[in-house]
Amino acid sequence: MSMREKIEQAAAAYPDQRSAIMPALVIAQKEHGHLPGPVLEEVADILGVERIWVYELATFYTLFHTEPVGKFHLQLCDNVSCMLCGSGDLLTHLETVLEIKKGDTTADGLFTLSTVECLGACEMAPVMQVGDDYHGNLDVARLDALLESLRAAAGRAAGVEHASQPMPGE
Amino acid sequence: MFEPVLLKNVEIANGHLLSTYEAGGGYQALRKALSEYTPDEVVELVKQSNLRGRGGAGFPTGMKWSFVPKGADKPKYLCCNADEGEPGTFKDRIIMERDPHQLIEGLAVSGYAIGAETAYVYIRGEYVTAIRRLERAIAEAHEKGYLGRNVLGSDFNFAVHIHCGAGAYICGEETAMLESLEGKRAQPRLKPPFPAVAGLYASPTVINNVETLACVPHIVTRGAAWFRGIGPDKSPGPKLYCVSGQVRKPGLYELPMGIPLKELVEEHAGGPLPGRKIKAVIPGGVSAPVIPEHALEVGMDFDSLSAAGSMLGSAGVIVVDDSTCMVKVATRIIEFFHHESCGKCTPCREGLNWVVKVLRRIEAGEGAPGDLEQLDMLCKGIFGNTFCALGDGAAMGLRAALKHFREEFVVHIEEGRCPFH
Repeated sequence: MSMREKIEQAAAAYPDQRSAIMPALVIAQKEHGHLPGPVLEEVADILGVERIWVYELATFYTLFHTEPVGKFHLQLCDNVSCMLCGSGDLLTHLETVLEIKKGDTTADGLFTLSTVECLGACEMAPVMQVGDDYHGNLDVARLDALLESLRAAAGRAAGVEHASQPMPGE
Repeated sequence: MFEPVLLKNVEIANGHLLSTYEAGGGYQALRKALSEYTPDEVVELVKQSNLRGRGGAGFPTGMKWSFVPKGADKPKYLCCNADEGEPGTFKDRIIMERDPHQLIEGLAVSGYAIGAETAYVYIRGEYVTAIRRLERAIAEAHEKGYLGRNVLGSDFNFAVHIHCGAGAYICGEETAMLESLEGKRAQPRLKPPFPAVAGLYASPTVINNVETLACVPHIVTRGAAWFRGIGPDKSPGPKLYCVSGQVRKPGLYELPMGIPLKELVEEHAGGPLPGRKIKAVIPGGVSAPVIPEHALEVGMDFDSLSAAGSMLGSAGVIVVDDSTCMVKVATRIIEFFHHESCGKCTPCREGLNWVVKVLRRIEAGEGAPGDLEQLDMLCKGIFGNTFCALGDGAAMGLRAALKHFREEFVVHIEEGRCPFH
Protein backbone atom coordinates (compact mmCIF):
# COMPACT_ATOMS: atom_id res chain seq x y z
CA MET A 1 0.00 0.00 0.00
CA SER A 2 1.29 3.49 -0.77
CA MET A 3 1.64 6.09 1.96
CA ARG A 4 -1.38 7.90 0.53
CA GLU A 5 -3.51 4.75 0.66
CA LYS A 6 -2.43 3.98 4.22
CA ILE A 7 -3.29 7.51 5.34
CA GLU A 8 -6.65 7.48 3.59
CA GLN A 9 -7.47 4.15 5.22
CA ALA A 10 -6.55 5.51 8.67
CA ALA A 11 -8.63 8.64 8.07
CA ALA A 12 -11.77 6.55 7.54
CA ALA A 13 -11.98 6.02 11.32
CA TYR A 14 -12.86 9.69 11.90
CA PRO A 15 -15.70 12.01 10.91
CA ASP A 16 -13.17 14.85 10.56
CA GLN A 17 -9.96 14.73 8.48
CA ARG A 18 -8.11 16.86 11.02
CA SER A 19 -8.30 13.95 13.49
CA ALA A 20 -6.31 11.84 11.04
CA ILE A 21 -3.24 14.09 11.18
CA MET A 22 -1.63 12.21 14.08
CA PRO A 23 -2.12 8.74 12.56
CA ALA A 24 -0.94 10.14 9.21
CA LEU A 25 2.24 11.47 10.81
CA VAL A 26 2.89 8.05 12.37
CA ILE A 27 2.56 6.47 8.91
CA ALA A 28 4.72 9.13 7.26
CA GLN A 29 7.44 8.83 9.91
CA LYS A 30 7.54 5.05 9.49
CA GLU A 31 7.94 5.59 5.75
CA HIS A 32 10.56 8.36 5.83
CA GLY A 33 12.33 7.86 9.17
CA HIS A 34 11.62 11.44 10.17
CA LEU A 35 9.33 14.30 9.17
CA PRO A 36 11.02 17.03 7.14
CA GLY A 37 8.98 19.95 5.77
CA PRO A 38 8.12 18.44 2.39
CA VAL A 39 6.74 15.29 4.06
CA LEU A 40 4.56 17.41 6.35
CA GLU A 41 3.26 19.26 3.31
CA GLU A 42 2.50 15.99 1.56
CA VAL A 43 0.54 14.79 4.61
CA ALA A 44 -1.44 18.05 4.63
CA ASP A 45 -2.19 17.69 0.94
CA ILE A 46 -3.29 14.05 1.22
CA LEU A 47 -5.73 14.91 4.03
CA GLY A 48 -6.75 18.24 2.53
CA VAL A 49 -6.05 20.10 5.79
CA GLU A 50 -4.16 23.29 6.60
CA ARG A 51 -0.38 22.84 6.58
CA ILE A 52 -0.04 24.74 9.85
CA TRP A 53 -2.23 22.12 11.55
CA VAL A 54 0.23 19.44 10.51
CA TYR A 55 3.32 21.48 11.48
CA GLU A 56 1.96 22.27 14.93
CA LEU A 57 1.35 18.61 15.74
CA ALA A 58 4.72 17.48 14.36
CA THR A 59 6.44 19.96 16.67
CA PHE A 60 4.21 19.55 19.77
CA TYR A 61 4.39 15.78 20.26
CA THR A 62 7.76 14.32 21.26
CA LEU A 63 7.42 11.06 19.31
CA PHE A 64 7.48 12.98 16.03
CA HIS A 65 10.94 13.86 14.74
CA THR A 66 11.41 16.73 12.35
CA GLU A 67 15.18 16.04 12.35
CA PRO A 68 16.79 12.74 11.32
CA VAL A 69 17.46 10.15 14.03
CA GLY A 70 19.90 7.24 13.98
CA LYS A 71 19.04 3.77 12.76
CA PHE A 72 18.53 2.77 16.38
CA HIS A 73 16.97 5.34 18.67
CA LEU A 74 18.03 4.51 22.22
CA GLN A 75 15.37 6.00 24.48
CA LEU A 76 16.46 5.55 28.06
CA CYS A 77 13.84 6.32 30.70
CA ASP A 78 15.27 8.45 33.50
CA ASN A 79 12.08 9.24 35.36
CA VAL A 80 11.82 8.53 39.09
CA SER A 81 11.41 4.72 39.16
CA CYS A 82 14.21 4.18 36.64
CA MET A 83 16.38 6.80 38.34
CA LEU A 84 15.96 4.95 41.66
CA CYS A 85 17.08 1.75 39.92
CA GLY A 86 20.23 3.19 38.36
CA SER A 87 19.34 4.81 35.02
CA GLY A 88 21.88 7.58 35.74
CA ASP A 89 24.79 5.10 35.60
CA LEU A 90 23.40 3.60 32.40
CA LEU A 91 23.27 7.03 30.76
CA THR A 92 26.89 7.71 31.75
CA HIS A 93 27.87 4.32 30.33
CA LEU A 94 26.06 4.89 27.04
CA GLU A 95 27.61 8.35 26.64
CA THR A 96 31.05 6.85 27.28
CA VAL A 97 30.89 3.83 24.97
CA LEU A 98 29.04 5.65 22.17
CA GLU A 99 31.21 8.76 22.60
CA ILE A 100 28.22 11.07 22.28
CA LYS A 101 26.11 13.14 24.63
CA LYS A 102 22.39 12.55 25.09
CA GLY A 103 20.45 14.10 22.25
CA ASP A 104 23.21 13.32 19.74
CA THR A 105 23.68 10.72 17.01
CA THR A 106 26.84 8.66 16.47
CA ALA A 107 28.95 9.62 13.45
CA ASP A 108 28.06 6.38 11.66
CA GLY A 109 24.37 7.26 12.01
CA LEU A 110 23.70 4.03 13.90
CA PHE A 111 22.63 5.31 17.32
CA THR A 112 20.73 8.33 18.60
CA LEU A 113 20.76 8.60 22.38
CA SER A 114 17.83 10.22 24.22
CA THR A 115 16.47 10.22 27.71
CA VAL A 116 12.69 10.03 27.85
CA GLU A 117 9.94 10.45 30.40
CA CYS A 118 8.28 7.41 32.01
CA LEU A 119 7.77 4.57 29.51
CA GLY A 120 5.13 2.92 31.69
CA ALA A 121 7.19 -0.20 32.37
CA CYS A 122 8.46 0.61 35.87
CA GLU A 123 8.14 -3.01 37.00
CA MET A 124 11.23 -3.70 34.86
CA ALA A 125 13.14 -0.50 35.69
CA PRO A 126 15.56 0.64 34.47
CA VAL A 127 14.06 0.39 31.01
CA MET A 128 14.98 1.58 27.53
CA GLN A 129 12.95 1.59 24.33
CA VAL A 130 14.71 0.88 21.05
CA GLY A 131 12.42 1.11 18.05
CA ASP A 132 9.27 -0.83 18.95
CA ASP A 133 10.87 -2.87 21.71
CA TYR A 134 11.23 -2.38 25.46
CA HIS A 135 14.38 -3.67 27.17
CA GLY A 136 14.00 -3.89 30.94
CA ASN A 137 15.94 -4.80 34.09
CA LEU A 138 18.99 -3.29 32.44
CA ASP A 139 22.48 -3.15 33.89
CA VAL A 140 25.78 -2.29 32.23
CA ALA A 141 26.41 -5.88 31.08
CA ARG A 142 22.93 -6.24 29.55
CA LEU A 143 23.29 -2.85 27.91
CA ASP A 144 26.59 -3.87 26.31
CA ALA A 145 25.03 -7.11 25.04
CA LEU A 146 22.10 -5.16 23.60
CA LEU A 147 24.39 -2.69 21.79
CA GLU A 148 26.36 -5.62 20.39
CA SER A 149 23.23 -7.33 19.06
CA LEU A 150 22.03 -4.07 17.49
CA ARG A 151 25.40 -3.56 15.79
CA ALA A 152 25.29 -7.14 14.52
CA ALA A 153 21.75 -6.64 13.19
CA ALA A 154 22.87 -3.47 11.39
CA GLY A 155 25.87 -5.33 9.96
CA ARG A 156 23.66 -8.12 8.63
CA ALA A 157 21.25 -5.62 7.09
CA ALA A 158 24.15 -3.74 5.47
CA GLY A 159 25.57 -7.05 4.17
CA VAL A 160 22.26 -7.90 2.50
CA GLU A 161 22.08 -4.45 0.92
CA HIS A 162 25.64 -4.72 -0.34
CA ALA A 163 25.01 -8.17 -1.80
CA SER A 164 21.96 -7.09 -3.76
CA GLN A 165 22.95 -3.55 -4.66
CA PRO A 166 26.74 -3.09 -4.90
CA MET A 167 27.66 0.48 -4.13
CA PRO A 168 29.32 2.34 -6.99
CA GLY A 169 33.09 2.07 -6.78
CA GLU A 170 33.05 -0.88 -4.36
CA MET B 1 -6.21 -14.94 49.88
CA PHE B 2 -7.73 -12.51 47.42
CA GLU B 3 -8.53 -14.13 44.11
CA PRO B 4 -7.59 -11.91 41.17
CA VAL B 5 -10.40 -10.72 38.94
CA LEU B 6 -8.81 -8.16 36.62
CA LEU B 7 -5.53 -10.08 36.30
CA LYS B 8 -7.16 -13.51 35.98
CA ASN B 9 -5.92 -13.98 32.40
CA VAL B 10 -2.70 -12.06 32.69
CA GLU B 11 -0.50 -14.90 33.88
CA ILE B 12 -2.08 -17.44 31.50
CA ALA B 13 -0.24 -18.29 28.28
CA ASN B 14 -2.10 -16.76 25.32
CA GLY B 15 -4.32 -14.79 27.69
CA HIS B 16 -4.57 -12.16 24.97
CA LEU B 17 -6.38 -14.43 22.53
CA LEU B 18 -10.14 -14.50 22.12
CA SER B 19 -10.29 -18.28 22.62
CA THR B 20 -8.65 -17.95 26.06
CA TYR B 21 -10.91 -15.08 27.02
CA GLU B 22 -14.06 -16.95 25.96
CA ALA B 23 -12.96 -20.13 27.76
CA GLY B 24 -12.80 -18.12 31.00
CA GLY B 25 -16.35 -16.82 30.59
CA GLY B 26 -15.44 -13.83 28.46
CA TYR B 27 -18.16 -11.83 26.64
CA GLN B 28 -20.87 -13.38 28.86
CA ALA B 29 -21.30 -9.97 30.50
CA LEU B 30 -21.93 -8.35 27.13
CA ARG B 31 -24.45 -11.08 26.28
CA LYS B 32 -26.16 -10.59 29.64
CA ALA B 33 -26.23 -6.80 29.39
CA LEU B 34 -27.73 -6.85 25.89
CA SER B 35 -30.35 -9.49 26.67
CA GLU B 36 -31.32 -8.75 30.28
CA TYR B 37 -30.73 -5.03 30.87
CA THR B 38 -31.76 -1.76 29.29
CA PRO B 39 -28.95 0.77 28.90
CA ASP B 40 -30.35 2.74 31.87
CA GLU B 41 -30.30 -0.38 33.98
CA VAL B 42 -26.60 -0.90 33.22
CA VAL B 43 -25.92 2.71 34.28
CA GLU B 44 -27.88 2.10 37.48
CA LEU B 45 -25.98 -1.12 38.16
CA VAL B 46 -22.63 0.64 37.83
CA LYS B 47 -23.92 3.44 40.08
CA GLN B 48 -24.93 0.85 42.68
CA SER B 49 -21.47 -0.72 42.52
CA ASN B 50 -19.82 2.55 43.64
CA LEU B 51 -17.16 2.03 40.95
CA ARG B 52 -14.88 5.08 40.88
CA GLY B 53 -12.60 6.05 38.02
CA ARG B 54 -9.22 4.34 38.12
CA GLY B 55 -7.42 6.97 36.04
CA GLY B 56 -6.64 9.16 39.02
CA ALA B 57 -9.53 11.41 39.96
CA GLY B 58 -11.78 8.71 41.41
CA PHE B 59 -15.01 10.21 40.08
CA PRO B 60 -18.02 7.85 40.38
CA THR B 61 -18.30 6.14 36.99
CA GLY B 62 -22.07 5.56 36.99
CA MET B 63 -22.68 9.21 37.83
CA LYS B 64 -20.38 10.30 35.02
CA TRP B 65 -22.37 8.15 32.59
CA SER B 66 -25.68 9.55 33.85
CA PHE B 67 -24.62 13.09 32.83
CA VAL B 68 -24.89 12.13 29.16
CA PRO B 69 -28.10 13.75 27.91
CA LYS B 70 -30.87 11.41 26.80
CA GLY B 71 -31.87 11.26 23.16
CA ALA B 72 -29.43 13.93 22.00
CA ASP B 73 -29.51 14.51 18.26
CA LYS B 74 -25.72 14.21 18.02
CA PRO B 75 -23.81 10.92 18.07
CA LYS B 76 -22.38 9.99 21.47
CA TYR B 77 -18.80 8.90 21.92
CA LEU B 78 -17.00 6.69 24.38
CA CYS B 79 -13.29 7.41 24.77
CA CYS B 80 -10.91 5.18 26.61
CA ASN B 81 -8.00 6.94 28.23
CA ALA B 82 -5.10 4.53 27.63
CA ASP B 83 -2.46 7.26 27.52
CA GLU B 84 -0.96 5.96 30.73
CA GLY B 85 1.78 8.49 31.39
CA GLU B 86 1.79 9.09 35.13
CA PRO B 87 5.30 8.07 36.17
CA GLY B 88 5.18 4.88 38.20
CA THR B 89 2.09 3.54 36.43
CA PHE B 90 1.96 0.50 34.12
CA LYS B 91 -1.31 -1.30 34.89
CA ASP B 92 -3.19 -0.36 31.74
CA ARG B 93 -0.31 -1.49 29.53
CA ILE B 94 -0.39 -4.93 31.12
CA ILE B 95 -4.18 -5.25 30.73
CA MET B 96 -3.96 -4.30 27.05
CA GLU B 97 -0.98 -6.55 26.32
CA ARG B 98 -2.16 -9.61 28.19
CA ASP B 99 -5.96 -9.39 28.25
CA PRO B 100 -7.17 -6.92 25.61
CA HIS B 101 -10.59 -8.55 25.31
CA GLN B 102 -11.37 -7.60 28.90
CA LEU B 103 -11.06 -3.97 27.82
CA ILE B 104 -13.03 -4.51 24.61
CA GLU B 105 -15.89 -6.16 26.49
CA GLY B 106 -15.82 -3.28 28.98
CA LEU B 107 -15.99 -0.81 26.10
CA ALA B 108 -18.91 -2.62 24.48
CA VAL B 109 -20.96 -2.83 27.69
CA SER B 110 -20.20 0.79 28.56
CA GLY B 111 -20.97 1.97 25.01
CA TYR B 112 -24.33 0.19 25.23
CA ALA B 113 -25.04 1.87 28.58
CA ILE B 114 -24.41 5.41 27.38
CA GLY B 115 -25.79 4.96 23.86
CA ALA B 116 -22.49 5.33 21.97
CA GLU B 117 -21.89 3.53 18.71
CA THR B 118 -18.25 4.60 18.40
CA ALA B 119 -15.36 4.29 20.81
CA TYR B 120 -11.84 5.61 20.50
CA VAL B 121 -9.06 4.08 22.56
CA TYR B 122 -6.41 6.78 23.00
CA ILE B 123 -3.31 4.73 23.65
CA ARG B 124 0.20 6.08 24.08
CA GLY B 125 2.35 5.54 21.01
CA GLU B 126 5.21 3.91 22.95
CA TYR B 127 2.97 0.94 23.81
CA VAL B 128 3.61 -0.87 20.52
CA THR B 129 2.92 -4.38 21.82
CA ALA B 130 -0.32 -3.26 23.46
CA ILE B 131 -1.39 -1.50 20.27
CA ARG B 132 -0.77 -4.61 18.14
CA ARG B 133 -2.54 -6.92 20.57
CA LEU B 134 -5.51 -4.57 20.84
CA GLU B 135 -5.74 -4.23 17.05
CA ARG B 136 -5.76 -7.98 16.68
CA ALA B 137 -8.30 -8.40 19.47
CA ILE B 138 -10.62 -5.83 17.89
CA ALA B 139 -10.45 -7.76 14.59
CA GLU B 140 -11.18 -11.05 16.41
CA ALA B 141 -14.12 -9.51 18.29
CA HIS B 142 -15.51 -8.17 15.01
CA GLU B 143 -15.35 -11.59 13.40
CA LYS B 144 -17.26 -13.15 16.28
CA GLY B 145 -19.96 -10.47 16.33
CA TYR B 146 -18.94 -8.89 19.66
CA LEU B 147 -18.31 -5.66 17.76
CA GLY B 148 -19.76 -4.24 14.55
CA ARG B 149 -23.35 -4.00 13.38
CA ASN B 150 -26.02 -5.74 15.46
CA VAL B 151 -23.75 -6.91 18.24
CA LEU B 152 -24.71 -10.51 19.17
CA GLY B 153 -27.91 -10.18 17.14
CA SER B 154 -29.17 -7.13 19.06
CA ASP B 155 -29.92 -3.72 17.57
CA PHE B 156 -26.77 -2.31 19.19
CA ASN B 157 -24.03 -1.24 16.75
CA PHE B 158 -20.56 -0.62 18.10
CA ALA B 159 -17.15 0.12 16.58
CA VAL B 160 -13.82 0.52 18.40
CA HIS B 161 -10.97 2.53 16.88
CA ILE B 162 -7.45 2.94 18.19
CA HIS B 163 -5.87 6.41 18.23
CA CYS B 164 -2.17 6.47 19.02
CA GLY B 165 -0.78 9.25 21.17
CA ALA B 166 2.64 10.66 20.42
CA GLY B 167 4.33 11.37 23.71
CA ALA B 168 2.42 14.04 25.60
CA TYR B 169 1.64 13.40 29.29
CA ILE B 170 -0.99 16.12 29.21
CA CYS B 171 -3.20 13.86 27.06
CA GLY B 172 -4.08 12.05 30.28
CA GLU B 173 -6.13 15.17 31.12
CA GLU B 174 -9.43 14.30 29.51
CA THR B 175 -10.15 17.52 27.65
CA ALA B 176 -6.55 17.72 26.37
CA MET B 177 -7.06 14.18 25.11
CA LEU B 178 -10.18 15.29 23.24
CA GLU B 179 -8.24 18.14 21.64
CA SER B 180 -5.60 15.63 20.58
CA LEU B 181 -8.25 13.28 19.16
CA GLU B 182 -9.58 16.18 17.14
CA GLY B 183 -6.10 16.62 15.65
CA LYS B 184 -4.99 19.59 17.71
CA ARG B 185 -2.18 20.26 20.15
CA ALA B 186 -3.13 18.69 23.46
CA GLN B 187 -4.10 21.63 25.63
CA PRO B 188 -6.89 21.38 28.20
CA ARG B 189 -10.26 22.99 27.54
CA LEU B 190 -12.17 25.34 29.76
CA LYS B 191 -14.98 23.55 31.62
CA PRO B 192 -17.95 23.83 31.44
CA PRO B 193 -19.16 22.57 29.09
CA PHE B 194 -18.18 19.18 30.46
CA PRO B 195 -17.42 16.39 27.98
CA ALA B 196 -20.63 14.52 28.88
CA VAL B 197 -22.52 17.41 27.26
CA ALA B 198 -20.05 18.69 24.66
CA GLY B 199 -16.90 16.59 24.30
CA LEU B 200 -15.44 15.02 21.18
CA TYR B 201 -16.60 16.97 18.09
CA ALA B 202 -18.85 18.90 20.51
CA SER B 203 -20.88 15.72 21.03
CA PRO B 204 -21.76 14.04 24.33
CA THR B 205 -18.67 12.06 25.35
CA VAL B 206 -17.67 9.81 28.21
CA ILE B 207 -13.98 9.31 28.95
CA ASN B 208 -13.00 6.34 31.11
CA ASN B 209 -9.68 4.79 32.05
CA VAL B 210 -8.71 1.26 30.89
CA GLU B 211 -8.91 -0.29 34.36
CA THR B 212 -12.27 1.38 35.02
CA LEU B 213 -13.71 -0.12 31.83
CA ALA B 214 -12.17 -3.51 32.67
CA CYS B 215 -14.16 -3.54 35.93
CA VAL B 216 -17.51 -3.11 34.14
CA PRO B 217 -18.01 -6.65 32.74
CA HIS B 218 -17.32 -8.14 36.17
CA ILE B 219 -19.94 -5.88 37.76
CA VAL B 220 -22.49 -7.03 35.18
CA THR B 221 -21.62 -10.71 35.70
CA ARG B 222 -21.26 -10.77 39.48
CA GLY B 223 -23.44 -7.86 40.55
CA ALA B 224 -23.05 -4.50 42.24
CA ALA B 225 -23.18 -5.95 45.76
CA TRP B 226 -20.23 -8.25 45.04
CA PHE B 227 -18.16 -5.30 43.84
CA ARG B 228 -19.15 -3.08 46.74
CA GLY B 229 -18.27 -5.89 49.15
CA ILE B 230 -14.58 -5.65 48.25
CA GLY B 231 -12.76 -2.96 50.27
CA PRO B 232 -14.34 0.23 51.66
CA ASP B 233 -17.99 0.78 50.72
CA LYS B 234 -17.43 4.27 49.28
CA SER B 235 -14.28 3.33 47.38
CA PRO B 236 -14.65 -0.37 46.61
CA GLY B 237 -13.56 -3.04 44.20
CA PRO B 238 -10.56 -5.00 43.09
CA LYS B 239 -7.63 -2.67 42.43
CA LEU B 240 -4.41 -2.81 40.47
CA TYR B 241 -1.37 -1.47 42.30
CA CYS B 242 1.82 -0.77 40.35
CA VAL B 243 4.81 -1.14 42.65
CA SER B 244 8.24 0.07 41.53
CA GLY B 245 11.42 1.69 42.78
CA GLN B 246 13.66 0.49 45.59
CA VAL B 247 11.76 -2.62 46.59
CA ARG B 248 12.48 -6.36 46.35
CA LYS B 249 9.57 -7.43 44.16
CA PRO B 250 8.41 -4.63 41.89
CA GLY B 251 5.35 -5.59 39.87
CA LEU B 252 1.62 -5.32 39.34
CA TYR B 253 -0.52 -6.50 42.24
CA GLU B 254 -4.28 -6.96 42.29
CA LEU B 255 -5.67 -6.60 45.80
CA PRO B 256 -8.78 -5.11 47.38
CA MET B 257 -9.14 -1.35 47.53
CA GLY B 258 -8.11 0.01 50.89
CA ILE B 259 -5.33 -2.38 51.83
CA PRO B 260 -2.70 -0.65 53.98
CA LEU B 261 0.18 0.78 51.95
CA LYS B 262 2.57 -0.83 54.43
CA GLU B 263 1.13 -4.29 53.77
CA LEU B 264 1.34 -3.76 49.99
CA VAL B 265 4.96 -2.68 50.09
CA GLU B 266 6.35 -4.85 52.87
CA GLU B 267 4.40 -8.09 52.48
CA HIS B 268 3.30 -8.31 48.86
CA ALA B 269 6.20 -6.46 47.25
CA GLY B 270 8.81 -7.95 49.58
CA GLY B 271 9.90 -4.82 51.46
CA PRO B 272 13.14 -2.88 51.07
CA LEU B 273 16.27 -4.05 49.29
CA PRO B 274 18.81 -5.93 51.46
CA GLY B 275 20.47 -3.64 54.00
CA ARG B 276 18.22 -0.69 53.23
CA LYS B 277 15.30 0.95 55.00
CA ILE B 278 12.22 2.45 53.39
CA LYS B 279 12.28 6.22 53.71
CA ALA B 280 9.12 7.22 51.90
CA VAL B 281 6.54 6.00 49.40
CA ILE B 282 4.79 7.88 46.62
CA PRO B 283 1.38 6.16 46.57
CA GLY B 284 -0.27 7.24 43.33
CA GLY B 285 2.18 8.32 40.66
CA VAL B 286 4.40 11.39 40.96
CA SER B 287 1.40 13.75 41.21
CA ALA B 288 0.58 12.17 44.58
CA PRO B 289 2.24 13.73 47.63
CA VAL B 290 4.91 11.52 49.18
CA ILE B 291 4.15 9.64 52.40
CA PRO B 292 6.95 9.28 54.97
CA GLU B 293 7.74 5.84 56.39
CA HIS B 294 6.00 6.43 59.73
CA ALA B 295 2.65 7.01 58.00
CA LEU B 296 2.55 3.92 55.76
CA GLU B 297 -0.39 2.36 57.61
CA VAL B 298 -2.73 4.46 55.45
CA GLY B 299 -5.33 2.54 53.42
CA MET B 300 -4.93 2.51 49.63
CA ASP B 301 -8.27 3.96 48.61
CA PHE B 302 -9.45 7.35 47.40
CA ASP B 303 -10.87 8.61 50.70
CA SER B 304 -8.19 7.32 53.10
CA LEU B 305 -5.32 8.74 51.05
CA SER B 306 -7.13 12.03 50.58
CA ALA B 307 -7.63 12.28 54.35
CA ALA B 308 -3.90 11.61 54.77
CA GLY B 309 -3.07 14.55 52.51
CA SER B 310 -2.15 12.50 49.47
CA MET B 311 -4.10 10.69 46.77
CA LEU B 312 -4.61 7.27 45.23
CA GLY B 313 -4.18 8.72 41.76
CA SER B 314 -3.23 5.97 39.35
CA ALA B 315 -1.91 3.73 42.16
CA GLY B 316 1.65 4.03 40.91
CA VAL B 317 3.44 3.15 44.13
CA ILE B 318 7.08 4.25 44.08
CA VAL B 319 9.26 3.11 46.96
CA VAL B 320 12.18 5.29 48.02
CA ASP B 321 14.80 3.99 50.46
CA ASP B 322 17.28 5.60 52.82
CA SER B 323 20.10 5.63 50.24
CA THR B 324 18.24 8.19 48.15
CA CYS B 325 18.29 11.97 48.31
CA MET B 326 14.77 13.41 48.51
CA VAL B 327 15.94 16.68 46.94
CA LYS B 328 17.05 14.69 43.91
CA VAL B 329 13.67 12.90 43.75
CA ALA B 330 11.76 16.17 44.11
CA THR B 331 13.92 17.82 41.43
CA ARG B 332 13.37 14.97 38.98
CA ILE B 333 9.60 15.10 39.57
CA ILE B 334 9.42 18.83 38.94
CA GLU B 335 11.65 18.49 35.85
CA PHE B 336 9.07 16.03 34.54
CA PHE B 337 6.12 18.37 35.12
CA HIS B 338 8.04 21.28 33.65
CA HIS B 339 8.85 19.25 30.52
CA GLU B 340 5.24 18.11 30.15
CA SER B 341 3.60 21.47 30.82
CA CYS B 342 1.57 22.21 27.70
CA GLY B 343 2.44 25.91 27.87
CA LYS B 344 -1.12 27.16 27.93
CA CYS B 345 -1.15 28.92 31.30
CA THR B 346 1.50 31.06 32.95
CA PRO B 347 1.66 29.68 36.54
CA CYS B 348 2.45 26.20 35.25
CA ARG B 349 4.68 27.14 32.31
CA GLU B 350 6.74 29.84 34.03
CA GLY B 351 6.30 28.79 37.65
CA LEU B 352 7.65 25.28 37.12
CA ASN B 353 10.58 26.64 35.13
CA TRP B 354 11.48 28.78 38.12
CA VAL B 355 10.99 25.91 40.58
CA VAL B 356 13.28 23.65 38.53
CA LYS B 357 16.06 26.25 38.59
CA VAL B 358 15.87 26.65 42.38
CA LEU B 359 15.74 22.89 43.00
CA ARG B 360 18.67 22.18 40.69
CA ARG B 361 20.87 24.69 42.44
CA ILE B 362 19.97 23.32 45.88
CA GLU B 363 20.75 19.75 44.74
CA ALA B 364 24.04 20.97 43.22
CA GLY B 365 25.07 22.49 46.56
CA GLU B 366 24.57 26.02 45.31
CA GLY B 367 21.43 26.82 47.25
CA ALA B 368 21.11 30.09 49.11
CA PRO B 369 19.31 31.13 52.29
CA GLY B 370 15.75 32.01 51.34
CA ASP B 371 15.51 29.37 48.60
CA LEU B 372 13.07 27.22 50.57
CA GLU B 373 10.85 30.22 51.28
CA GLN B 374 11.00 30.99 47.57
CA LEU B 375 9.87 27.42 46.78
CA ASP B 376 7.00 27.79 49.28
CA MET B 377 6.01 31.03 47.58
CA LEU B 378 6.17 29.46 44.12
CA CYS B 379 4.03 26.48 45.18
CA LYS B 380 1.46 28.93 46.51
CA GLY B 381 1.51 30.79 43.22
CA ILE B 382 1.01 27.64 41.18
CA PHE B 383 -1.45 25.62 43.28
CA GLY B 384 -5.06 26.42 42.46
CA ASN B 385 -4.06 28.95 39.83
CA THR B 386 -3.46 26.69 36.84
CA PHE B 387 -5.79 25.76 34.01
CA CYS B 388 -5.69 22.03 34.73
CA ALA B 389 -4.47 19.64 37.42
CA LEU B 390 -0.91 19.29 36.06
CA GLY B 391 0.34 22.34 37.94
CA ASP B 392 -1.59 21.36 41.06
CA GLY B 393 0.00 17.91 41.03
CA ALA B 394 3.46 19.40 40.74
CA ALA B 395 2.88 21.87 43.58
CA MET B 396 1.26 19.30 45.87
CA GLY B 397 4.14 16.87 45.40
CA LEU B 398 6.77 19.49 46.12
CA ARG B 399 4.91 20.82 49.15
CA ALA B 400 4.83 17.32 50.66
CA ALA B 401 8.56 16.84 50.04
CA LEU B 402 9.29 20.24 51.63
CA LYS B 403 7.06 19.41 54.59
CA HIS B 404 8.24 15.89 55.39
CA PHE B 405 11.88 16.19 54.34
CA ARG B 406 12.64 19.87 54.92
CA GLU B 407 15.70 18.97 56.96
CA GLU B 408 17.32 17.37 53.87
CA PHE B 409 16.81 20.55 51.87
CA VAL B 410 18.23 22.64 54.72
CA VAL B 411 21.35 20.44 54.96
CA HIS B 412 21.96 20.86 51.22
CA ILE B 413 21.88 24.63 51.57
CA GLU B 414 23.83 24.88 54.81
CA GLU B 415 26.59 22.43 53.84
CA GLY B 416 26.68 23.53 50.21
CA ARG B 417 26.57 19.94 48.95
CA CYS B 418 24.33 16.92 48.57
CA PRO B 419 24.95 14.70 51.62
CA PHE B 420 24.12 11.61 49.54
CA HIS B 421 26.97 12.06 47.08
